[in-house]
Amino acid sequence: MGSRYSFDNPDPHNAFITICREAEYGEGPLSGIPVAVKDNISTAGIETTCGSNILKGYIPPYDAHVITHLRSAGAAIVGKTNMDEFGMGTTTESSAFGPTLNPADPTRAPGGSSGGSAAAVASGMVQMALGTDTGGSIRCPASFCGIVGLKPTYGRVSRYGLIAYANSMEQIGPLAGNVRDCALLYSVIAGYDPRDGTSLDLPAPAPLKAEIAGKRIGVPAEFFGEGVDPAVAKTVQSGIDRLEGLGAEIISCSMPSMQYALAAYYVTSMSEASSNLGRYDGVRYGTAPDFVRSWHDAYSHIRKSGFGEEVRRRILLGSFALSAGYQGKYYAKAQAARQMVRNDFARLFETVDMLAGPTMPCVALPLGETSDPLSMYLADILTVPANLAGVPAISVPCGTAHNLPVGLQLIGKHRSEDEILSAALAFEEGSV
Amino acid sequence: MVSKEDVAHIATIADIGVDESELDLFTGQFNAILDYFDVLDSVPIGGDAAPLRKNVFRDDEVVPSLSHDEVLMNATDPEDGFIRAPRVI
Amino acid sequence: MTVIIGLEIHCQLNTKTKLFCGCSTDYRDDGPNTHVCPICLGLPGTLPVTNKQAVLYALKVAKALHCKVPAFSEFARKNYFYPDLPKAFQITQYDKPLALGGYIDNEAENGGEKRVELTRIHMEEDPGRLVHKGSGDRGRYTLVDYNRSGVPLIEIVTEPQLSSPKEARRFLNKLRATLEYLGIYDSEREGSLRVDANISIKGYERVEVKNITSYKGVEKALTFEITRQKGMIRRNAQIVRETRHYQEARGVTTSARSKEMEHDYRYFPEPDLAPLEVSSWVDEIPLPELPDARRDRFVQQYGISQNHARTLTGDLKLAEFFEEIASDMPEIAAPWTADILLGELNYRDMPVTKVPVPHYGALLLEVKKGSVTDTSAVEILRLILNQVMEGQQPEMPGEIIARLGLSKEKGDSIVDTVASVLRENEAAVADHRAGKAGAINFLVGQVMKATRGRADPKEIAKIIADLLKE
Repeated sequence: MGSRYSFDNPDPHNAFITICREAEYGEGPLSGIPVAVKDNISTAGIETTCGSNILKGYIPPYDAHVITHLRSAGAAIVGKTNMDEFGMGTTTESSAFGPTLNPADPTRAPGGSSGGSAAAVASGMVQMALGTDTGGSIRCPASFCGIVGLKPTYGRVSRYGLIAYANSMEQIGPLAGNVRDCALLYSVIAGYDPRDGTSLDLPAPAPLKAEIAGKRIGVPAEFFGEGVDPAVAKTVQSGIDRLEGLGAEIISCSMPSMQYALAAYYVTSMSEASSNLGRYDGVRYGTAPDFVRSWHDAYSHIRKSGFGEEVRRRILLGSFALSAGYQGKYYAKAQAARQMVRNDFARLFETVDMLAGPTMPCVALPLGETSDPLSMYLADILTVPANLAGVPAISVPCGTAHNLPVGLQLIGKHRSEDEILSAALAFEEGSV
Repeated sequence: MVSKEDVAHIATIADIGVDESELDLFTGQFNAILDYFDVLDSVPIGGDAAPLRKNVFRDDEVVPSLSHDEVLMNATDPEDGFIRAPRVI
Repeated sequence: MTVIIGLEIHCQLNTKTKLFCGCSTDYRDDGPNTHVCPICLGLPGTLPVTNKQAVLYALKVAKALHCKVPAFSEFARKNYFYPDLPKAFQITQYDKPLALGGYIDNEAENGGEKRVELTRIHMEEDPGRLVHKGSGDRGRYTLVDYNRSGVPLIEIVTEPQLSSPKEARRFLNKLRATLEYLGIYDSEREGSLRVDANISIKGYERVEVKNITSYKGVEKALTFEITRQKGMIRRNAQIVRETRHYQEARGVTTSARSKEMEHDYRYFPEPDLAPLEVSSWVDEIPLPELPDARRDRFVQQYGISQNHARTLTGDLKLAEFFEEIASDMPEIAAPWTADILLGELNYRDMPVTKVPVPHYGALLLEVKKGSVTDTSAVEILRLILNQVMEGQQPEMPGEIIARLGLSKEKGDSIVDTVASVLRENEAAVADHRAGKAGAINFLVGQVMKATRGRADPKEIAKIIADLLKE
C-alpha cells in the first residue's frame, strides 16, 4: 500500500461520473494498473450514483466484494464510470450525467449500459474496467466500442455491493482492450463470497492459453434471424469462418426458445427492478425527501423527480407485471419461458462446446436516435439468453460493418469461462 | 390494451408520480411493449424455473454492526440518533 | 350472534443475530440505530443470507405444534412503501411457507379441551420502529430506529376457530407457554409477541385488527371490537371489511386510512435467496417436555389436581419454580403457589423468578407444621414479597413470626378467648342455638379478630361447639 497513481487525463467522451485523481494502489497482480469501475458498484468513501439523480451524494460506507478484491490485487481505482441509469438501457444515454460518446465514432453512443467503462477502455484512459451485465450491458458496449467484455456465469462473481437492477440475472464482469487483460481482471474478481447466497464455490480460474482446435461450436439459426443487420451478419459469419479455419467444428443448430427470450427477460428484469428500486426514498441516503409533505406524497414526488423516464417506465411496467390479476400472464409465464431457454441451452450443450453468433444485431447507433423504447429493447435479443440461463458469454472484436466495430459472441456452458476465454484468445491471436 | 386509467392505477400502486402529459406517452408505449409481451401467452404453464441451489445458510454468529456515524452519514437531519422521515400519520 | 376469531401471532425468535445479517438482536438497552449494518439498513447493493438457527427454531415450533413441513418452501418479497421498511419490501414467505396445518389443544369453557387448528407458520423479518414527532400538518415528522429491522419472526396463523375473547386469551397463554418451553422466544423482551386478529360476527364482514402489541391487550381489543360490531348490527349499520388499528392506551380500535387498503403487495420469490428444502431436518430436532406433558406429569408425580397442574405448567418459570419447592409437600405447595402466590405476584406485577426460594420453602414448611395460620402465612408472604420489591434483603419466615408474634394460638389460651367472646355476644349465641346459619361464622370471626388471626378457624369452631355443649 501507499503508492499513488495520478490520473488527470481529460475525459473527452464523458466516460466517468467520478474521477479519482490520486488513486492509491498496492502490490499484487494488478499493481499500479488503472482500473475504472461502473458506478453501480459500491465503493467505500467514493460517491456511487448508478447514473441517477436519486443517488447523488450517496457515499457507501462499505466496499463491494469485487472492490475488496481489486484493492488487494493492487489495482488503482481511478474512477466511477458513466452508465444508463440503474443499468436500464442500451446506449448510456439515460444517465443523469449526460451521454457517453463512443471513442470509435464520437457522434455515436457507446452502447450500454456499461458504456462509460467501455469508452474508458476503448479510448485508452484505462487498461481495464468493471462493468455489469444484466441483459448484455457488458457485451453490448464491448461490441460497439471494439473491445473485449465477459459476462461470467451467474454466481461466479459476488454481487455483494452491486446495486441491484435485476438480481436473478446480473453479474459483474471485466472489459478490456484484449482477451488477456480481460482474463486477468476476471481472475481477480471471480470467487466465492458467503455474503452472496447465490455465489458459487469453484476452483480459481485456470491460466489462460489459446485453444480452439477441435472445439465444437454451435451456430443457432435464430442468432442470424430477423432484425440482424446483414452487414453485421456478414462480418460475424466471416468471423465464424475464421474459427473454422482455426480448427473448430462449426455445427448448425436451432434454439426455438429464442422467440420468448426477450419478453421473458424484460418481464423478469422489470419486475425485479420495480421491487429493487423501491428503497430510494431519500430517508437513509440519497437526495433528501421533502419533509413538509406527508410520507406517500414525499415518496411519490421523489420517485418522480429523482428517476429518469426509462427507469420510471420500467418500474411501472414491472409493477404491472407483478400486480394482482396480471402476475400469471406476465411474471409467471416469463419464468416458465426462462426455463425453456435453460432447457434449450442444456440440450445444445450436450452436443456442442459453445455457441457463436453476433453480440448485437447492429452497430453503434447515432446519439439521440433511440426514442422508441421497444425498438431499443429489441436490440438486446442476442445477449439476453445468456442472462436468462446464467451461462457465461464473451464479446470479442470481429471486424467492422459500416466502418464500426462488430463483436463476435461466444456463449459457454455453466462455469466454462476458461473455455470461452481460451477460444476468444485463439480467435483474437489468429485474427491479428 | 391498457388505458390511461390503467396506467394511472399502476402509478398509484407503484407510488410514483406521473404527469397527465406523461400518461398519454406511457399508455402508448405500454401498449406496444405489452403487445410484444403477448408472445408469452403461448408458453405452456407448469414449466416453473427449477431452482439452481437450495439451503444456503449462515451460522448464528454476531458480526460487528456499522458505527453510529456510518449509519447516519448519508441521512438528512438525524435527531437523537434516529433517522428522520416524512410524517406517516 | 356467533363470534368468529382468527389470530395471526408474530413471535420474535431469540437468535443471537438477525434473520439475514450478523447484527445482534440484543438491542433493547442501546440507543437507536446502534445495531444496524448495510444489510438491515437496506443499503443499495446488499444481499441477505439466511440465519440457519432461525430456520431451526421455526422448525422446532412447527414440530411442537404438529405442523406439516413441505419438502419445498421459499422466501418471497412483500412490496410496500413505509419508512420502517428500508428495502421497501419485507422478506417473508407467501405461497410456499415453511409449515402448514398443525393445532393447539386449548382449555375449553367446560374445563375440557378444544382443538384450535393452525393454517400455517412462516418466517419473516421484523421492520424497524417508528416514533411520531412534532405537531401541526407541516410540523409533524417521523423518526426511525432500524435496530429491530431484520429481527427474525415467525408468524403463526390460526383458522377462524376461536369464539370469544376469553378463549383467545387462553389460546395465547397456551401458545406463549409452548414457545417459552421450546426456548425459542424470550417473553421478557418487550414486543416479542404481537398479535393481529380477524374478527367477525357470523353472517357479516370480517375486520382485521392490527397492532395489538402485548398479548395481554388481546382480550381487551377483541372485546371492544366485538361490542362495536354487535352495536353496529343492532343499529342496522353496515360492517365494512377493513383494517383497524388497536390503540392500546385508549383500549379502542380505529379505522386505518383507506389509502392503506389499496395495497397490492406484488409478492414474488426473493431472487437473492435459495429455496429451503428442510423437511428432512424435522425428525432430528429434539423437543423438550411441553406444557401438556408436564401438566400430566405433575398430576402423576405430585398427586395434585388437574387444575393446579394446568396453572403451574402454564408458565415455564412458574413450573420450574414449583418443582424446586414441591418435592416434600406438593399437597401444600400446589394450592399455595397456584392460588395464593400467583395472585400476589399478579397484584405486584412481579415475575416468579424474583421470589426467594428458601424463604418461600420455609414458609410452606411452617404452614405444613401448623405453626402459623393460613391468614398469618399470607401476611408473612406479602411482607417477604414487599421486601423483595423494595430491594431489601427479605426476612426468613421464622424471624417474622417471632418479631410479630404470629405463632398460632392453640388449646387453653384460645379456649379463654372463645369463652369471653361467647360472653360478650349473647345475642349471637342465642341465634346459634335457635339454629340460625351464619351466627357461628360471626362468632368465629370475632375470635379471629381477638387473636389477630393467629388461631385456626376450624379449631375455633370446634371449641365453640364444645363450650356451648357444656
